[in-house]
This record gives sequence, C-alpha cells and structure tokens, in this order.
Amino acid sequence: MHKIVRTDTLAPSMFLMELEAPKIAEKRKAGQFIILRIDEKGERVPFTISDSDTARGTLTLIYQVVGKTTAQMSALRVGDSILDVVGPLGKPTHIENFGTVCCIGGGTGIAIAYPIAKALGGAGNTVISILGARTKDLLFYEDEVRAISNELLVCTDDGSYGQKGLVTEMLKQLIDRGEKLKMVVAIGPVPMMKFVARMTKEYEIPTIVSLNPIMIDGSGMCGCCRVSVGGATKFVCVDGPEFDAHQVDFELLTKRLATYRDKETESYNRYKHSKEECKIGRG
Amino acid sequence: MDPKERMKIPRQKMPEQKPDVRAKNFNEVPFGYTEELALKEANRCLQCKKPSCMKGCPVEINIPSFIKLIAEGHHWEAIRKIKETNSLPAVCGRVCPQESQCESYCIVGKKAEPVAIGRLERFAADYERRSGKVVKPGLAPPTGKRVAIVGSGPAGLTAAGDLIRMGHKVVIFEALHKAGGVLVYGIPEFRLPKEIVQAEVDFLADLGIEIHLNTVVGKADTLDDLLSDGFDAIFVGTGAGAPLFMNIPGENLSGVYSANEYLTRSNLMKAYLFPDYDTPIATSRIVAVVGGGNVAMDSARTALRLGAEQVHLIYRRSKEEMPARSEEVHHAEEEGVIFDLLTNPIRYIGDDKGRVVAVECQKMELGEPDQSGRRRPVPIKGSEYTMELDTVIVAIGNGPNPLVPSTTPDLEVNRKGNITADLQTCKTSKRGVFAGGDIVRGAATVILAMGDGKVAARSIDAYLKDPGWWDRPAPEPTPEKEEKKAG
Ligand SMILES: Cc1cc2nc3c(=O)[nH]c(=O)nc-3n(C[C@H](O)[C@H](O)[C@H](O)COP(=O)(O)OP(=O)(O)OC[C@H]3O[C@@H](n4cnc5c(N)ncnc54)[C@H](O)[C@@H]3O)c2cc1C
Ligand SMILES: Cc1cc2nc3c(=O)[nH]c(=O)nc-3n(C[C@H](O)[C@H](O)[C@H](O)COP(=O)(O)OP(=O)(O)OC[C@H]3O[C@@H](n4cnc5c(N)ncnc54)[C@H](O)[C@@H]3O)c2cc1C
Ligand code: SF4
Ligand code: SF4
Ligand code: FES
Repeated sequence: MHKIVRTDTLAPSMFLMELEAPKIAEKRKAGQFIILRIDEKGERVPFTISDSDTARGTLTLIYQVVGKTTAQMSALRVGDSILDVVGPLGKPTHIENFGTVCCIGGGTGIAIAYPIAKALGGAGNTVISILGARTKDLLFYEDEVRAISNELLVCTDDGSYGQKGLVTEMLKQLIDRGEKLKMVVAIGPVPMMKFVARMTKEYEIPTIVSLNPIMIDGSGMCGCCRVSVGGATKFVCVDGPEFDAHQVDFELLTKRLATYRDKETESYNRYKHSKEECKIGRG
Repeated sequence: MDPKERMKIPRQKMPEQKPDVRAKNFNEVPFGYTEELALKEANRCLQCKKPSCMKGCPVEINIPSFIKLIAEGHHWEAIRKIKETNSLPAVCGRVCPQESQCESYCIVGKKAEPVAIGRLERFAADYERRSGKVVKPGLAPPTGKRVAIVGSGPAGLTAAGDLIRMGHKVVIFEALHKAGGVLVYGIPEFRLPKEIVQAEVDFLADLGIEIHLNTVVGKADTLDDLLSDGFDAIFVGTGAGAPLFMNIPGENLSGVYSANEYLTRSNLMKAYLFPDYDTPIATSRIVAVVGGGNVAMDSARTALRLGAEQVHLIYRRSKEEMPARSEEVHHAEEEGVIFDLLTNPIRYIGDDKGRVVAVECQKMELGEPDQSGRRRPVPIKGSEYTMELDTVIVAIGNGPNPLVPSTTPDLEVNRKGNITADLQTCKTSKRGVFAGGDIVRGAATVILAMGDGKVAARSIDAYLKDPGWWDRPAPEPTPEKEEKKAG
C-alpha cells in the first residue's frame, strides 16, 4: 500500500498526486515511470515519475483525467492509498552535457518533459523550454519549468496566454534566431511529437520523444507496448520509453492506442454513471 | 489382489464438465477423483520392487508408497509422503505432462493404460487442502543466513520452501502484483484454479518467507545491490517470459496479441470479468491462435470462453508433433477448437484503422527430420489462402527476459540469452548466485523448474554452510542420475 501525502489540481482535469514509495524514490532517474494499480479490480496503468523526494520517500505523478482509472485517482484524498506501485521502469534518459537543448512539453507531456529538462539542466546544458497548451486554463507547471530552464517560451493554441500558436512555431523561432540546438526533447500528444519530429528532421537536430503505448506488466513480458522504430519492433517498457523521434512510426502508435477505445469509454461511462447515482442517493 | 486382477481394472476416468458447458465458463474442467475412484485407481498399481515410474519424475516422488497409502485409505499419510519431495502436488497433479514423464515409465502401461499417477497425486493434494488442515513442516534452527529468490514461479517457490526448512531466512522478489509466475498469469483458471496457487503461496508466507511483490530486480535493485545489502546467496528463477513473434508483415496490427498478453489480461487481470474488473480484452468473432504447445491450447480455449464463435489453431506441423499435453489437445478438440494443421501464417492484413481483418496462410508438408528429430515442415508452393478473422494470438514461444542478466555484467548467458548454470548444482558464473527453471532451460515444464529449485536449495545450503563448496568441482553424476536426465 502506498499512502497519498499530497494532491493538487493543476488545471481542469489535470492533477498532481504525491505518494509514498521510498525505494522507488531512491532509485529512480529522469525519464523513468511507474505502473500502479488502484485496487484489486484495477487496471495496471503507467505514469511518468515527475519528481521524487528521497527525504520524504515520495514520488510525484501528474496526470490528466481521460478515463476510469485517472478519474478514480482524482477522487482519492490525502491519507488514501494506492494498492500496487511498481518501478522505476523503463530506461532513464541519456543525460550528458550536449550544449544547448530544447525541451518541449505539450499538454500532459509537460509533466513528462519536466524531469528530463531538470536533469539536462543539472548536467550543465543550456535548457530552453517550450510549453504548449490548447488554452490558458490547461497550462500548468509554468513556474516549476521556468525555475529549471535558462529560457522559457509559452504558447497556447487560442492565444489566451503566451504567444498564440503551436509549439512547432516556437521551435521554428528558436531555429530562425540562430540557436544551435544540439538536441530537442519533445513530449506531448502523438500528433505534436510527429510534427516536431518532421521539423527537426529537416534541420537535422537529434530529437528524442517519450512514447506512451498501452502497457500491462512493464517488464517486457506481454509485448502489448510494442512500437516500430526504424522498422524494428521494440517494447517501450524495456527498450524505451524514449526513442529517436526520426525513426518512430507514429501512425502505428496512434492506431494501437485506439485498440480498446470502445471498452474504455464504456468503462468510464459506467463509472461516471455510478458516481452520479451516488450523488443522487446522498442528496 | 493379485497382479492379474489389478491389471484387469481399467484406468479410471476423472469426471469432468461436459464440453459444451465448460467451453462457456472459466471453472476447472475436471472435478478430480472421488474417494471411490481414487481407491480403484490406486489398486491398479502393482507396487513394483523397482518402480520404473520414479525414473520419470524429476522430483523423485516415491510413487508406489503414496499410491499404496491411498489404496489403504490413509490419504493424510499419502500427501505427506508426496510432500517429502514435491512441495506443489496440487499443481503438478494438474499440469505435469504425465504421459511423457512418470506415467510413460509405468510398467502397467506396457500391456494396458498406465496407472494415473498424476490424478492420484492431485486427489491426495486436494484432500488435504479441502480439509483445511495443512500440516506445517518443522523448520531447522535459524542459521542466520539470508537468501534472496528472484521470481516466484515454480522454481523460485520450490527453492524458497526448501531453504526456509533448512533454517535460512528467505525473501522472494516478484515483479508482478501476484506471486506464482506462469501459474498465475499464464495457465488459465479452468486448468489450474488460482485459489490453489494462492494457497501454496500463503502456506510459504505462513512458514515465514517474506514476499516482496511489485519488485523488478534489475530495475529497483540489481543482484549486486542484493548481495551488498546482506543477502548471502541468490536464486534467480525469472522464467522465460519474453514473447517471441514471427516478424511477418502485419504482426503489430491492433488485435494481434502475444499469448502472454492475451493470457495475462484474462488470468492475472481477470479481463473475462470486464467491466467489473477494469482490464479490457478483445471481443472476438473469429480467432486464430498460432502454435501447437500448451500456451497455444490455453489461448485457444480461453478465446472460446471469452465468446469467440470460431477459434482456429494454426500449426505448421501435424498433430503428432504438437508439444502440448495430450489431455489438453483432446480437451481443446472436444470444446470445438478447429485445428488448421500443416499450415503457417505468412502475413496479417489490416483495415484503415490498423485492425487485423485477415490472415494469409500457406499449407505445409513434412520433409526430412530436423535437429529436434521432428520432420521439418516445408511450404507447398501455390497453396496460399486467406482467412477472415478479427483476433490473432501468437503462441510460438518465449525467450528469456534480459532484465537481470543485462544489469549483472558478470553473469554469463548463452547465445539465446539464457543464464548459464550447471544443472547438477544450479551454480552460475557469479559467486553466490544460482539459477534454474525456464531462465536457464528455455521454456520447459513446471516440474523441471521445481526440480531445479530443489537442487538449488540443496546447493545453496551446502554453500552457506561452507563457502569453500563453491570452488570445489561438482561430484561426477552417478550413472543412475544420468539415466533420469535422459528420461
Ligand atoms: C510510459 C508512460 C508514461 C505515462 N505518463 C503519464 C503521465 O505522466 N501523466 C498522464 O496523465 N498520463 C501518462 N501516461 C498515459 C496514461 O497511462 C493513460 O492516460 C492512462 O492509462 C489512462 O487510464 P484511464 O483508465 O484513466 O483511461 P483509459 O480508459 O485507459 O483510456 C481513456 C482514453 O485515453 C486513451 N489512452 C489510454 N491509454 C493511453 C496512453 N497510454 N496514452 C495516451 N492515451 C491513452 C485511450 O485511447 C482512451 O481514449 C503515460 C503512459 C505511458 C505508457
Ligand atoms: C500458458 C502456459 C501454459 C503452460 N502449461 C504447462 C503445463 O501444462 N505443464 C507444464 O509442466 N508446464 C507448462 N508451462 C510451462 C511452465 O509454466 C514453465 O516451464 C514454468 O512455469 C517455469 O517456471 P519458472 O519458475 O522457471 O518461471 P516462471 O513461472 O516463468 O516464473 C518467473 C517469475 O519471475 C518473475 N520475474 C521475471 N523477471 C523478474 C525480475 N527481474 N524481478 C523479479 N521477478 C521477475 C516473473 O514475473 C514470474 O512471476 C506453461 C507455460 C505457459 C506460458
Ligand atoms: S510430480 Fe509430475 S512427474 Fe512427478 S509423479 Fe507427479 S505428475 Fe508425475
Ligand atoms: S511402475 Fe506403475 S505399477 Fe509400478 S509402482 Fe510405478 S505406478 Fe505402480
Ligand atoms: S508492457 Fe508488457 S511488454 Fe511492455
């Protein structure tokens, strides 16, 4: 059992959870993730470790509510517990002093880009971060990312905050002003990663993306997380989650992510429905 | 009763669910012997002076003795006799490929059908479990030594059970959220109820074994971390858990599963109870399972139970070459699995959403025998055909999981990635580290994994009592032992 010690709402449907997992907190490195199972009937669901506190023995997860498990998580309070947490899983990010690097986080991807940007900064890189969201309300972690970046660019699709535009446009500005980017780390929705990869390929800037396929065990046993990278099949949980963006087959990733869409929707709707009945019952 | 009379008794069938009923539920297929049937079957044993059956049992159960005890109605004594050498009889009685092990050596089998050793073993084990009065063995006085067991499959559980009896402190580390290895995530409920595995695990926990679930060794701690954390020896029993694919076009389409994924969703995550349990699994109309082993049979029979209208088993050789237990092949046929033999998939075809909708197959014929002695399947030119389907389950085998070896540079592995260990002692190339089961042998059987767990426990005990043991060469195998191995 892993006790929840802090929860926070970062944006509508975007939440933070800090929970006890001393061993994982001690061992984890940037880029790694955990898999949790809320209760006996729960699914095994992967989340990036956004941060850890070795003194408190805790991990910070940042998640967006997209389905049943994440909705259940958002209903948990300080003092509640998560049944199973396993990790740290996946390969850590390859960290060294490259020079100037650009870390891009889009939507939930901000949570995943943050620890990587932090580690790259810690290794002496000049870190330029780009955060993107659809609209102002969905933006989170701006101060945290600013604190670990040499420069921060913020954009929203609708122009309600920061510059109006997409993260690729911000990246283009950096390239146009002559930044010699040694590497780009791009994490966010699959289409965003795909477009960043397309642009950086043109400029020949090495680019890393972190992939988020459906997973079960997270230790290379089921093969459900397989993706195609450079024409070869890879298991994201053990060979990744980070890969060379220019080699990833994003189409395949998108299609495989949709495998259970109907069932996930059914499960989420049932959950929402049962919650509403609860409320009516109480009222 | 004289031997002639005994030989006249026919082999007793186990009562089981009817095929059309059981193909729609996940309850165990056979009900097991009643006491009456067990007595009858036990009376078929000739109580041989030199029981050849024992040669076929990798853990050397004293077969005539326990069968005699059943025949005399002393079921308690029977199970204790079995447990002297086999700590998981309820499991082995159900899943051992008896027809190629103990029963294949039974003398009765020369003239009639062999004594149903496995079924009797199962009877005794179930008798004990149902009584709720499982006897705890005595433990040797504490030695103060600590042993880490990596992986809680049959190899790890057996080693753990033996080591704690020898007085050592034992801690098991398991990657998943349940202990049992393939017994919980792979073999389905209808063949091995999970309650039985859980009872065995609880029994070990009761003896004082610590079980750390959700712990992936190589990620959380490495073997070196464990050794420097005060463990005096380690047994690695991480199994053969990495699914193999054929690398043919379309294998990554949605709807194409590895058997591990399909079975894990259904068994470990209870997807057959979706949406009460959260993990989904495909709702299928036509399923093709590729392969001919136990894993393929389990996948095919699971697919039927999940509601598929048609389940095809595509196997590139003929039925005689199938490595699955014959009882399970028979069960699968009875339940309506369609066998597409001498057939091989060559590519999968998807729709615009990336979902599999058909498979293209090729017919095969048997040519010259290959290294394994089985006749090699060769494609027949021009025999290609396509079959519509919506789900594919690839069950062509599993390789070793590299997590432990890749984080332990001084642990030798072979070309395939299996840990190199001397099966006589289970000693690896790394001092203090022992290994056995599928991670050493490649995908094998429950009982061989357990046999390795036993050997490892004995070696670890010897090593802990006298560290110099490690540097002495293993004794030459006795000729009798060799014979057993060949069996
Ligand atoms: C290595 C890794 C790290 C991740 N880190 C984070 C993180 O830090 N924060 C976070 O919010 N999410 C993260 N995810 C995604 C997260 O696991 C999913 O959002 C989660 O499984 C949703 O569970 P659910 O039961 O709430 O929704 P589900 O019912 O499982 O899914 C609801 C909807 O989300 C889509 N979906 C399902 N799984 C995923 C997935 N893995 N990625 C994207 N969409 C998915 C489905 O297609 C469906 O439309 C990560 C995924 C991986 C593989
Ligand atoms: C579907 C299926 C059906 C089968 N049917 C039969 C049958 O009928 N009869 C028969 O005799 N055999 C059968 N087998 C084969 C048999 O199950 C195996 O040979 C046996 O389980 C091997 O035991 P093991 O202890 O070596 O490993 P496993 O049972 O594979 O257990 C290994 C355990 O180690 C854990 N692990 C792996 N890596 C790590 C790590 N890094 N850290 C911590 N833990 C780790 C795994 O999660 C797993 O729990 C079947 C196999 C399958 C897959
Ligand atoms: S353990 Fe397996 S091989 Fe040994 S007697 Fe029992 S069924 Fe036969
Ligand atoms: S060989 Fe057959 S008859 Fe002889 S002791 Fe063994 S089981 Fe009994
Ligand atoms: S999640 Fe099972 S192999 Fe990656």
